[in-house]
Amino acid sequence: MCGIVGLHLRTPTLYPRLGELLTGMLCEMSERGADSAGVAVYGDPVWSPPGSATVSLLETGVTPAELADALEPRLSCDITVHEVGATQLVSAHCDVEVLRDAVAAALPHALVAGFGADLAVLKGVGHPRELAMAYGLPQAQGWQGVGHTRMATESAVTPAGCHPYAVGPDQCLVHNGSFANHATIRRELQRRGIAFDSENDTEVGARFVAQALADGYDIETALKHLCAEFDGFYTLVVSHRDSFAVVRDAIACKPAVIAETDDWVAIASEYRALVELPGIESAHLFEPAPERIYAWTR
Amino acid sequence: MDPLTTDVVEFDLATTDLRRVNAALHTPGGLGSRHVRITHPAGAHAVAAGLDAPLDVVVDGHVGYYAAGMNQQADVTIYGNAGVGVAENMMSGSVWVSGSASQSAGATAHGGLLVIEGDAAARCGISMKGVDIVVGCDVGHMSAFMAQAGTLVVRGDAGEALGDSIYEARLYVRGRVASLGADCVAKPMRAEHHEELARLLKAAGYENDDTASYTRYGSARGLYHFHVDNVGSY
Repeated sequence: MCGIVGLHLRTPTLYPRLGELLTGMLCEMSERGADSAGVAVYGDPVWSPPGSATVSLLETGVTPAELADALEPRLSCDITVHEVGATQLVSAHCDVEVLRDAVAAALPHALVAGFGADLAVLKGVGHPRELAMAYGLPQAQGWQGVGHTRMATESAVTPAGCHPYAVGPDQCLVHNGSFANHATIRRELQRRGIAFDSENDTEVGARFVAQALADGYDIETALKHLCAEFDGFYTLVVSHRDSFAVVRDAIACKPAVIAETDDWVAIASEYRALVELPGIESAHLFEPAPERIYAWTR
Repeated sequence: MDPLTTDVVEFDLATTDLRRVNAALHTPGGLGSRHVRITHPAGAHAVAAGLDAPLDVVVDGHVGYYAAGMNQQADVTIYGNAGVGVAENMMSGSVWVSGSASQSAGATAHGGLLVIEGDAAARCGISMKGVDIVVGCDVGHMSAFMAQAGTLVVRGDAGEALGDSIYEARLYVRGRVASLGADCVAKPMRAEHHEELARLLKAAGYENDDTASYTRYGSARGLYHFHVDNVGSY
């Protein structure tokens, strides 16, 4: 099963409510998956301070202070570390790649859950509501958020197996469904030198999209390529710091409802996750058509 | 049992557990009226599912999966959109959706009337077995897949693979059909088909439609009768 939610805010007056709204959406989808849950939040001033690069880390094996100490000799700038649930968010006033490389060198076994200028990714094993509270998600702010509640079907229930998969800069992907030919595509990507963190099929989709974007394709073209290459069932939400896209496979048996108002665009696996959004009564509601790519930009 | 009144029995799903509401609808003798109104469904699943009494149930708002599923005898009106499988396996009565419906509307339904004023998504009427379905706007892909009996009326367009592997259901479409599924073909509209279509349109409140603007589709009967030449396809 699995549940997915996404909220792209258009009206800045709603930014302070992003976490509150996303929490409601995520928790409503708990029944679709209670193994694990994760969120990606774009623009929270604490989790991803403006002007800084932020890397989201899991399973570092060190305390926040030890993490900062380990990075200090490798970076000539201020480092802050926030512990949010099981995730450690490292921010520094430097280039994203510089911070990411420093983390990889200092903590080669840590799991990088996400990285970028505006992105914080929090994920872990447990019930979605308990995780959302542990993250302090209701207090989060920002312009965009994506969430996932997992019912694992094809790989282990571990932090590395949780969604979202945020494997490109300021990118994030969540998935309801299963890819049938992920092992084949994984091998092709590995031949191109791409490393994987998990055995999860969704990670293959995320790395495929990230590679297409790195190759210079726009998100719509990248997702068209995904539709052509991947077999299986999927509703995907693919976000970037400036965009938000939805695509379903040709059979479109995995559910999705999109709601749109002048103030926001939202997607969820089921309508009930959207009922608390302000103005839902007058929102334009529709189901995304199969293999059609819907994208919104900031 | 108390004599039935014409009062409307109200259930607010914002304050009342859905199972209690459905349990009350399943023991209609205790309601004291055949008129029921359910408010604040908020996309909940299985609202008014499993009814088997001549109740008149109005649901004010959007519902989730399997709303009015397995309905017998009751007339259920949903003022809003419906999730996956509205009126699935309906046996009799009617289910009316003022908005749009998600996939598999009326799946496997044996009887009764399902009206969806908006769009119905993929697989509308999949494996239908005798239900009458009238859709005010469009239907999605694979609608009437393996449809065995009954009628599907589409006032708008139909998606890909309409009527794939269809048996004896009759499909009437006014708009464009993206593609026909295996063994589904256009057929002439004879007098009895105009009559049947007019009856269905009237029942759904679309009596002003010209039945001549519809095309009938049905089975070419080439697939479900065993034919040795097709053995490689089975």
